[in-house]
Amino acid sequence: MALIGPSGAGKSTLIRCVNRLVEPTQGTVRLAGVEITRLSKRRLRSARRSIGMIFQEFALVDRLSVMENVLSGQLGYVGFWASWLRRFPAPVVNRAFELLERVGIADQIDKRADQLSGGQRQRVGIARALLQNPKILLVDEPTASLDPKTSRQVMRLLVELADEHGLAAIINIHDVALAKQFVERIVGLRDGAVVFDGSPDELDQVVLTEIYGEEDWSLPKGRGTGQESDQEEGDPVPVGAGESPPSSGRALVVEVS
Amino acid sequence: MPVDVVHGVPVWRKRNRRQTLLTYLGYLIAAVTVLVAFRFISGQTLWFFVLDAPEQVADLIGRMFPPRWSYTQRLWGALWDTINIATLGTLIAIVISVPVAFLAARNTTPHRVLRQVAMLIIVSSRSVNSLIWALLLVSVIGPGLLAGVIAIALRSVGFCSKLLFEAIEEVNPRPLEALASAGASGGQIVTYGITPQVLPAFAGIVLFRWDINIRSSTVIGLVGGGGIGVQLNASINALQWSQVSVIFAMIIFLVVVAEWVSAKVRGAIQ
Amino acid sequence: MSAVAAPSRTPPRWHPKPAIRNPWLRYGLLLGGLVYLVLAFATIDVNWNRVVQGVDRARVLFAGLFRPDFMSRYEFIQIGILESVAMTVVSTALGVVLAIPFAFGAARNIAPLPVYLVCRAIIAVSRSFQEIVVAIVFVVMVGFGPLAGVLTLAFGSIGFLGKLLAEDIEDIEPSQLEAIVATGGSWFQAMAYGVVPQIMPRFVGLSVYRFDINFRASSVIGIVGAGGIGGALNTSIARYEYGTTSAILLVIIALVYAAEYASAAIRKRVQ
Repeated sequence: MALIGPSGAGKSTLIRCVNRLVEPTQGTVRLAGVEITRLSKRRLRSARRSIGMIFQEFALVDRLSVMENVLSGQLGYVGFWASWLRRFPAPVVNRAFELLERVGIADQIDKRADQLSGGQRQRVGIARALLQNPKILLVDEPTASLDPKTSRQVMRLLVELADEHGLAAIINIHDVALAKQFVERIVGLRDGAVVFDGSPDELDQVVLTEIYGEEDWSLPKGRGTGQESDQEEGDPVPVGAGESPPSSGRALVVEVS
Repeated sequence: MPVDVVHGVPVWRKRNRRQTLLTYLGYLIAAVTVLVAFRFISGQTLWFFVLDAPEQVADLIGRMFPPRWSYTQRLWGALWDTINIATLGTLIAIVISVPVAFLAARNTTPHRVLRQVAMLIIVSSRSVNSLIWALLLVSVIGPGLLAGVIAIALRSVGFCSKLLFEAIEEVNPRPLEALASAGASGGQIVTYGITPQVLPAFAGIVLFRWDINIRSSTVIGLVGGGGIGVQLNASINALQWSQVSVIFAMIIFLVVVAEWVSAKVRGAIQ
Repeated sequence: MSAVAAPSRTPPRWHPKPAIRNPWLRYGLLLGGLVYLVLAFATIDVNWNRVVQGVDRARVLFAGLFRPDFMSRYEFIQIGILESVAMTVVSTALGVVLAIPFAFGAARNIAPLPVYLVCRAIIAVSRSFQEIVVAIVFVVMVGFGPLAGVLTLAFGSIGFLGKLLAEDIEDIEPSQLEAIVATGGSWFQAMAYGVVPQIMPRFVGLSVYRFDINFRASSVIGIVGAGGIGGALNTSIARYEYGTTSAILLVIIALVYAAEYASAAIRKRVQ
């Protein structure tokens, strides 16, 4: 599922409300029956383990190695001293290797994160999120800092991986064409309210005008819109009812079962 | 940039009349302040002694040269002590300043009250010169290296903590967000997210302070804190100016080497 | 806590990369560091009897910190503070004025080589010596009192401002200076229009910063008789009048803090 909307519409805020990096002022977020918004600090920590997040500017720790960055996805599972000494359980390390291989950067393991290119860094970010064994992926502008070609590769990888692991994904994205190409469902936000919710095909110029305002929307006719993959069948995917992040002061309801 | 009209001719001026007056008033106040301050100092000065300053200088230089280079032999121990005072003082300061800095940084402090306590430590440590710390410590625990080491450490804590906590407040928050979203605890965010980001800056801060501490430790012996300053004090009291010039040369040598080492190591780690 | 089950048979294939790759160098440095620490700590021979005696004094000192005694040596404290402030003002003014020619002389892009070398040498000497050592020399020259302090701080200011300003002058935009020279201006005109406007904000900022540093130093050099509050502090400690000591310390901390605050505020406005 892709979230689109103009800058300031509340896309990032909405996504951050799901794992409470931003505290919602109103409304509820429910993930697999657990009401995230009600959890204590401690329980929130363990709930966050099952919510993988991928960031706009990758949010890697620049001076740590690629492997350390990926392993940091497991921090919610290991104790403080074990993580301080970099003692991660062997299966976790093996899994990290597999993921790095899967995203195609297994040869960069001991490089420092700031030595990688943008596309490679985002792959590290993806591997880190997947190492959490998440139940859902939150993806905040995954392609905003990448060139068009890398953007497509990263989006394809994301969608494939979400499919392989049977994960629901909420993707914030600026690039409407990219969204239409890769996802099954698009939600349009404007000023913190949902103004569109439907399949990529239904997203036409009228709707775009409603979301973004007046503009010439003639897109180069996108290739597939029915495309490759997405979430599991029958997954009643996120966002619904209450429509708006707290910035507008209205109620937030996000449900993922 | 106003333009005045004088005798019917437009004249460009940098400032208008009011600005000009205010500027001159500012200069006047500054000048008067300096003059008043100087009169006060002049009142505290016995000009009779100042008059023969040129003779004193000539006399001093005459006594300082030639330096008694043989005295160098007796200075190596003091030089070693001086380096130790600076290094151990810096090491102790590191141990204390890291927790203080984390308490003082807005984004890592556990509580507002603790932050104020940390700030108080930083301010009092920074405001008091290491020589004053040494004076106090010599009076309390007696003269010697220990007083010097602690004095250097006490002064350095504020310096290192202040710069470190500013570095902590400036870390990139995005990776911290990422770690939090993976369920990392506060301690893990510090070790995985903040430490790698501030470590190079902290190493630079510490080396910079070590360089400063080498300079301070050359004089801390003047008040009984150990090191080469003890010899300096003794030589001055004994009016052995030819030894004093040897010590001065030694101090310059040490300071230059320390600055070079500090710059080299900083260059290597960054 | 662990979602992934505890230790399995397969050993992890990954270890964090050590900061220093060569194991000999790594363990060598570690060992060297340890040996140094042992040797260094061994040089501190502590007279434990004296330290134990000190515990009592420390207690008095600490008690004094909470009951500062401003009154019994009021005169000394007052004169000391006035001296410190006056020394700071005069020495900063003097230092700033004297530093300007040195700064121009120490800028490689403006000064001819011999002038450059002389100016750099004087700046280097000024920067190598602690204020307190310079103060001793000036006390010998002009006698005890704040005049020696003023000369000390002014001398220090020359090195500090001279070096930093010279670096700024070396960093100026050369095209602006060239343009002024091209109009046929004299050397002084070229400096006034081509260089000064470029370094003015930094110059004001550094001078204010140096004021702050001079104030801190002025509380210390009194220890060797160069005037200021340091003398009163030294006397009070020598007489074990810790109440007065702590009163003076509190005054110093407050004034230093005020000076720093004011200096930072002014610098912010200028830049």
